[in-house]
Amino acid sequence: MNALQTTQPRTHDFTLAGARLTALPSGALWWAAESLLCVSDLHLCKAERHARRGGAPLPPYETRDTLQRLSDALQATGARTVICLGDSFDDLAAARALPEAERLELTGLMAGRDWIWIEGNHDPGPVDLGGTHLAQLTMGPLTFRHIADPSARGEISGHYHPKAQVKTRLRRISRPAFLLDRDRLILPAFGTFTGGLRSTAPELSRLMRPEALAILTGQSAQPVPMPR
Amino acid sequence: MDTTPEQTADQTSTQTMGADPGHRPIPSRITDWFSGRGWQVHPHQQAMVDRADQPATLLIAPTGGGKTMAGFLPTLAELAEGGHDGLHTLYISPLKALAADIKRNLRTPVDEIGLPIRIEDRTGDTSATVRKRQRADPPHILLTTPESLALLTSYEDAARTFAGVQRVVVDEIHALAESKRGDQLMLALARLQTLAPGLRRVGLSATVEDPAAIARLLARHPDPCAILQADPGPAPDIAMLRTDERPPWAGGGAAYAIRAVLDQVKQHRTTLIFHNTRAQAEIFFHNLWLANEDSLPIGIHHGSLDRVQRERVEAAMVRGDLRAIVCTGSLDLGIDWGDVDLVIQIGAPKNVKRLVQRIGRANHRYNAPSKALLVPANRFEVVECVAALEAVRDNDLDGEPRGPGPLDVLCQQILIAACSGPFDADALFAEVRTAGAYATLSRAAFDDCLDFCATGGYALRAYDQWQRLKQRPDGLWQLRDPRSAQRIRMNIGTIQDSETLKVRLRRNRGGKPLGEIEEGFAASLSPGDTFLIGGQIVRYEGLRETVVEVSRDAHRKPKIAVFSGTKFATSTQLSNRILDMFAQGAWPQLPGHTAEWLALQREVSRLPERGRLLIESFPHDGREHICIYGFAGRNAQQTLGLLLTKRLEETGLAPMGFVSTDYATLIWGLDAVIDPAPLFDIDALRDGLDRWLAGNAVMKRTFRASATIAGLIDRNVMGPRKTGRQMTMSSDILYDTLLKYDPDHLTMRITRTEALRGLVDFGRIEEMIARTSGIDLLRLKRVTPLAAPLFLEHGRVPVAGSAEDRLLAEETEALMSAAGLDGALS
Repeated sequence: MNALQTTQPRTHDFTLAGARLTALPSGALWWAAESLLCVSDLHLCKAERHARRGGAPLPPYETRDTLQRLSDALQATGARTVICLGDSFDDLAAARALPEAERLELTGLMAGRDWIWIEGNHDPGPVDLGGTHLAQLTMGPLTFRHIADPSARGEISGHYHPKAQVKTRLRRISRPAFLLDRDRLILPAFGTFTGGLRSTAPELSRLMRPEALAILTGQSAQPVPMPR
Repeated sequence: MDTTPEQTADQTSTQTMGADPGHRPIPSRITDWFSGRGWQVHPHQQAMVDRADQPATLLIAPTGGGKTMAGFLPTLAELAEGGHDGLHTLYISPLKALAADIKRNLRTPVDEIGLPIRIEDRTGDTSATVRKRQRADPPHILLTTPESLALLTSYEDAARTFAGVQRVVVDEIHALAESKRGDQLMLALARLQTLAPGLRRVGLSATVEDPAAIARLLARHPDPCAILQADPGPAPDIAMLRTDERPPWAGGGAAYAIRAVLDQVKQHRTTLIFHNTRAQAEIFFHNLWLANEDSLPIGIHHGSLDRVQRERVEAAMVRGDLRAIVCTGSLDLGIDWGDVDLVIQIGAPKNVKRLVQRIGRANHRYNAPSKALLVPANRFEVVECVAALEAVRDNDLDGEPRGPGPLDVLCQQILIAACSGPFDADALFAEVRTAGAYATLSRAAFDDCLDFCATGGYALRAYDQWQRLKQRPDGLWQLRDPRSAQRIRMNIGTIQDSETLKVRLRRNRGGKPLGEIEEGFAASLSPGDTFLIGGQIVRYEGLRETVVEVSRDAHRKPKIAVFSGTKFATSTQLSNRILDMFAQGAWPQLPGHTAEWLALQREVSRLPERGRLLIESFPHDGREHICIYGFAGRNAQQTLGLLLTKRLEETGLAPMGFVSTDYATLIWGLDAVIDPAPLFDIDALRDGLDRWLAGNAVMKRTFRASATIAGLIDRNVMGPRKTGRQMTMSSDILYDTLLKYDPDHLTMRITRTEALRGLVDFGRIEEMIARTSGIDLLRLKRVTPLAAPLFLEHGRVPVAGSAEDRLLAEETEALMSAAGLDGALS
């Protein structure tokens, strides 16, 4: 196959603990057998929290942008279950102060779906938005939690906002990335206003096995050996 | 010594100094000290004392003409009898090092005369304890930088610190006037003037093309500002370096001239060898050492070297231990080296004013001519150097007039004002308009900036609850959250540090620091790669946290370090002089090889003319080429290349790449251009520019700078970077978000304005098209003499239809199969 001619967004399929999963170019994870879409680290209302704490008034458009991209992913997959893998809100006060338009948008996305909020370090408690609030969730062979547990197997987590850099023949390209080995998958951050932690960071190197892959996001999901 | 001519700007009436016998006396203790050293008070120094009561005075004097003393003499005279409590004179310099240097130089007369004057400096290096004490108990004379002054004005006790300040001396004001640092300084002075209405301002400047423009910046608008011209001294002795070897056709290193330059170094006591870029300085220094058989002591000095290294070179220079220093603009300012008797400029100077200021670095003794040599790096630069020499002889300096005061700096000023206490918007607006650059600021523009500072100024949604500034019931504006003051203070300043990493020799722990390289360059290195820094070839070993570790490796050929630093574009005035020279029938002033080259061009094609746009079209090596002689400067020609290749692609002419110099852009592709006129339709170009700019890296970089100054993005905190810092999002995300949801946001408008006059330089493309009465397209059989050097230029830009994802796909597949992972984990 000549990848250079592919113009369709390319997804990357893989198996973790026997479950057949798909890394989407958007940074969301798709589990077709369960009709389940998983996203991590939405950090909704980040600009709001920044301003509240005396920081600069950042462009207040990131919540609607994140929700728009989430809506696109839901439409494309038709997911019946959604797992938000923690740090969905930049803090609990931000979750409570979600503006009306965005609240309606989010309610619309949740309607008719099983919606699970996993708690993260930024949002360690229930939010008044419906759905199910859990510290972690085990479904079949997989466990969903916010921060990876080094001893776990078949684990899906987020938290680190991993990104990976690849040196191409014209330039270096750095993208948010999934990190995958035979024990775990770490999702990139889905939120619009989120930075990333390079896959070369020691905490990520310690967590991932030597043969781990980084799956870069963008127009296509593209796996490379995890840069260390 | 007779009279010093005095010019006046604006409203001041003309007077001739010396005609007035009523000199204001200088206390005899001071004049005695002068005569005790065999010195005499220079006329311009006396003139500064005579004018001490004037609200603003600009002194233009060559380096070494006792300029700084002229600035301080009125202060010393006023303080000689004691009795002044608190701050009397503020001295502002663009360089920390200069402030420290002046402190030493000023101490000598003050101590030797026994004047009751306390002198202190205050820079980023001053300890927190001292800084705190200085605010409560300021010295008589405080030496500082624009950034430290802005910070001082942000404290609640600024009114007390600056109560009673009498004079401010702005040194090297010509350098500050070219950047936002000058704009920030003048806004700070406007604030000081409110706190201390009797403040008198003095500016000290090197030779400039438009002294009145600097005077307008310096004075409180609309106060008059007299301009004093010190005796400029004898005309410089300046020439082009004669070499046996001919300059090459292209390139910038001037390696051909190494021997001739070494010969000159041998014949002089101390030589400064200026380069236009740090990378070229490094390469030249390296080559100089390879040829330096006599082991003459030669050093290198540029802004990317470690401070300790730079200070060592400076100290060696002051002691007279060095015969030459290879340097860049980092030595353009300030410190008086004393014994320099030759300045060599490698590469065309691009700008006559900077050349003149550099020449002024030689021979600081009064009445001795400065001696300088120009070394063209290639054949075209021979023409440019000769044009520059003629411009120096005619004293025809160039300069682009600066636009009105930038709004990002104004936003920062509003935040600084809010830190110091509640303010009234009308009063602040009036105060800002007393700064010359902001004299024409509209209330609407000011209100936009205020709104941005208060609510973010977003079109679709406002922060009403979490505003940064809130208006109180009495109408005054104040910070909503006092915690923001600390944050705002951390971000004061307009200098943009590019992302750099420290370079150290790898040793057990903490080897010797060598300097800094750009993060992007560091990222391109693999272990074993070599590069030049501080004249040494070093081998990249690895990255430890945020430090690049290297080892010495003198035996390998270096991969060249790329440093940022602006690529200077040839000024419009200099370009016009070159075009005028082309119009001559013969070129007796040019070396034979260059004159023959131009004559041949005239024979087979034609030479570019002012007012016409020459385009040559010819096949070469199986491809079609067009060469556009726009003479618009490197940045504008580069932008032109990008825009034209886009237009060519739209019209199906399949461009494959281009390369630009200061005078021309060469484009190659599959098809010949038959009708160039539609390509240069200004509206179409502008439209293309808009679309191209939106996603452009230049715009994102410009946005980052402006948004940081305006206070939207926190400046990177100095010191070692924590891993947590990598979690912060990049400014590119903010840019993309604004582009999508709020493209007319204030910070986006500022970004556009900046980019158009900065790296994109679209203004000069518009100028070029406006002054062109017609396009001459010549169809030729082969490459022309003038176009030939472009084929050898570096920086060829391929026109890639291939997007990042295609490159990624190609590379990731290769990596996967190399790792044997084609089917793994899938």
